[in-house]
Amino acid sequence: MICIDEANLVSIKEHGQKAYPEECCGILLGNSSPEGMRNVTELRPLVNQNQQSRRNRFLIQAEDMVAAEKYAREKGLQILGFYHSHPDVEARPSQFDLEHAWPWYQYIIVSIKQGYPDSLSAWELQEDRTRFKSVEISLSSNAACAAKENEHA
Amino acid sequence: MPKKVMIPTPLRQYAGKSDSIELDGNTVAELLRNLTTKYSDLKNHLYNEEGKLRSFVNIYLNDEDIRYLQREQTPLKDGDIISIVPSIAGGSSVTLARPAELSNDEIKRYSRHLIMPEVGMEGQKKLKAASVLLIGAGGLGSPAAMYLAAAGIGRMGIVDFDVVDFSNLQRQILHSTEAVGQSKLASAQERITQINPNVQVKPYETRLTSQNALELFRDYDIVVDGTDNFATRYLVNDACVLTGKPNVYGSIFRFEGQASIFATQEGPCYRCLYPEPPPPGLVPSCAEGGVLGVLPGIVGTIQATEAVKLILGAGRPLIGRLLLFDALQMKFRELKLRKDPKCPACGTHEIRTLIDYEQFCGVTPAHAAPVQSEGELTVTELKDLMDRKANIFILDVREPHEYQISRLEGSHLIPLGELPQRVNELNSADEIVAHCKMGGRSAKAVDFLRQAGFKKVRNLKGGIDAWAQLVDPKMPRY
Repeated sequence: MICIDEANLVSIKEHGQKAYPEECCGILLGNSSPEGMRNVTELRPLVNQNQQSRRNRFLIQAEDMVAAEKYAREKGLQILGFYHSHPDVEARPSQFDLEHAWPWYQYIIVSIKQGYPDSLSAWELQEDRTRFKSVEISLSSNAACAAKENEHA
Repeated sequence: MPKKVMIPTPLRQYAGKSDSIELDGNTVAELLRNLTTKYSDLKNHLYNEEGKLRSFVNIYLNDEDIRYLQREQTPLKDGDIISIVPSIAGGSSVTLARPAELSNDEIKRYSRHLIMPEVGMEGQKKLKAASVLLIGAGGLGSPAAMYLAAAGIGRMGIVDFDVVDFSNLQRQILHSTEAVGQSKLASAQERITQINPNVQVKPYETRLTSQNALELFRDYDIVVDGTDNFATRYLVNDACVLTGKPNVYGSIFRFEGQASIFATQEGPCYRCLYPEPPPPGLVPSCAEGGVLGVLPGIVGTIQATEAVKLILGAGRPLIGRLLLFDALQMKFRELKLRKDPKCPACGTHEIRTLIDYEQFCGVTPAHAAPVQSEGELTVTELKDLMDRKANIFILDVREPHEYQISRLEGSHLIPLGELPQRVNELNSADEIVAHCKMGGRSAKAVDFLRQAGFKKVRNLKGGIDAWAQLVDPKMPRY
C-alpha cells in the first residue's frame, strides 16, 4: 500500500496536466515500514530529461537521483518511488516501463486525456521482473495509513 | 584493501539488506563481478540477458560517472567509493499486455518462427501479446490481416463499413466470390479465423472519424493504414501522433506502391512528408485510375512485415524511409525522410485534437456552395431526351480504356485531361451533357466549360455507372 495525501495527489495531476502533451515525472519521498508500507510525505517534481520523445517517454538521470538522495538523507527521508504521466494513454505500465523498472520502488502513473487528468494508479515490479503488480493507493487520512503512522510515531 | 560499494534502496533486499558492501577488485568490472558472485540475485537487476550493464544502471566512482572515465575498465584504488545509481525511465508507448504463454499446439504452429533466434519463444510471445488495428479490410488490409493472423498476432481490430463488391475480388483476397454482398468485416473475420483461430478479431463496423479514432487507437499497439483516400490518411496519421502509436503506412495506385512507418517517437510522420493534401481530384483514386490486383499483395505484405518487426524489435524498421515500388519496372527505390521540426503534428504539436479531415482535404467545402441542381440531370432524364431524339451532345470525359469497356450511344470521348486543348471541338450552341464513370470528373469538366463560356452544359448524375444500374442492366459495370 502507498499512502499519500490529497494535496500531493493533486500536485501529481497538475504536473501531468502542465506537461501535456508531454510526460511529466518526479520523485516520491517519504518513509517506508519494514512491512513494505510506503508513506509519501513530499514530492520532488523534475524536468523530464528525455531528449528524443517526451510525448511518450520520461527520463530521470543519475545526477538528479544523486541530488535527490542527498536531499532525502539530509531530511531523514527515503526515495520511495516515482510518478509520471501517460498523455492520452491509460494509466497502466507499458512494456517500456517494465523493461526499465527497478524493484522495490513504487511507480505512480497518471493518465492525462486530451489535457485533463484521468485515472491514477500505482505499481511495483514483481521479483522476477516479468510484470508489475498493482499497488493500492490510500489517502493518508484513511484509517490504515493513520494507524501505521501512529505505530511509527 | 577493500573498496566500498554503495547499494541503492531497491537493491538492498538482494544484498543482505546492507546499504554498503566492502569488496576487492582492481577495476570496476572486476569489483562488480565479485559483487554479483557474492549476491547472485543482484545480477538480474544489474545486467541484461547479454551480460551488459542495463541502460538505466549507472556506476559512479566517487562522484564521477564511469562513462566519463574508462567505463567498466576504470581502475580502482584503495579507499574508492563505488555507487550504483539508478536512472529512472519509462513511458506510455506499447501498453503492457498480459504476458502470453504458448500452448503445445501453438508451439507446433509457430515452429518455423521459434527456431529463428530473431523470433524464438520470446518473440512469439511478444507477437501473441501484441495488438494491431487495421484501417480497412480492402486491398492492403487483406494480405496484411492474413499474414499477421498467420504470424500469431494476439489481437486484431479491423475498421471497415463496406460491403464486398464484385470489383473488389481482383485484389482483396480476404473476400471470396461467395461473400459478395456480405459485409467486409464478416467475411474478413471468417477468413482470419480459418487461418488462425488463436487470433482475437475485433470488428468495428464504422467509418473511422475524428470522433472515434483516438479511442479506437488507444486500445492497440500498432496501426496499419490500408485506406484509399487522403482525408482518412491524414486522420490516421494525426490520431497516431496524438496517441503515440506507430502508423504502418502503405498506398497503391496502378502499378506503383509506397510504404513507410510514420509517427514513431524518433521518426517523421505523414505530414512531415506531405504537409498539405493535393488539391481534390488531382490524384485519382484506385476506383478512378485502377490498380494492378497483385500490387496490394506486395505492399500489404510489406506492411505486415514491418508491423511484425516493430513488435519483435528486430532488424531495421522502415522509419524515416519511404519505400517506392514500381511493378512495371520491378524496381524498389528508397527515399530518406526527415522529421520536420515545424510539422504541426509531430514537431510543434500544434495539432492537439483531431480536425475535420474531409474539409482539410477539400472534399467538402468549408462553406457549402449552393447546390446547382439545374446543372445536373439524371440518367432517366437523359434516356428520355435520347428517346425523343432531342439534339444533345454527349461528352464522355473518361479515359480511352474505360470507353472500351462501356459507352453511351453517340457519345464523344474527350478525356478530362485533354479538355482544355480540345475545347474548340465543342460548340457552345449545343446542349452538352458531360459524363464520366461516377460523376466526379464530369463535374469538373462542367465547371471548366462554364468558365470557358459554355452556358448549356449539364452533368450526368451518377455517371455511366448509374446508367448501367438504372437504364441498361446489360451494360457491364466496372
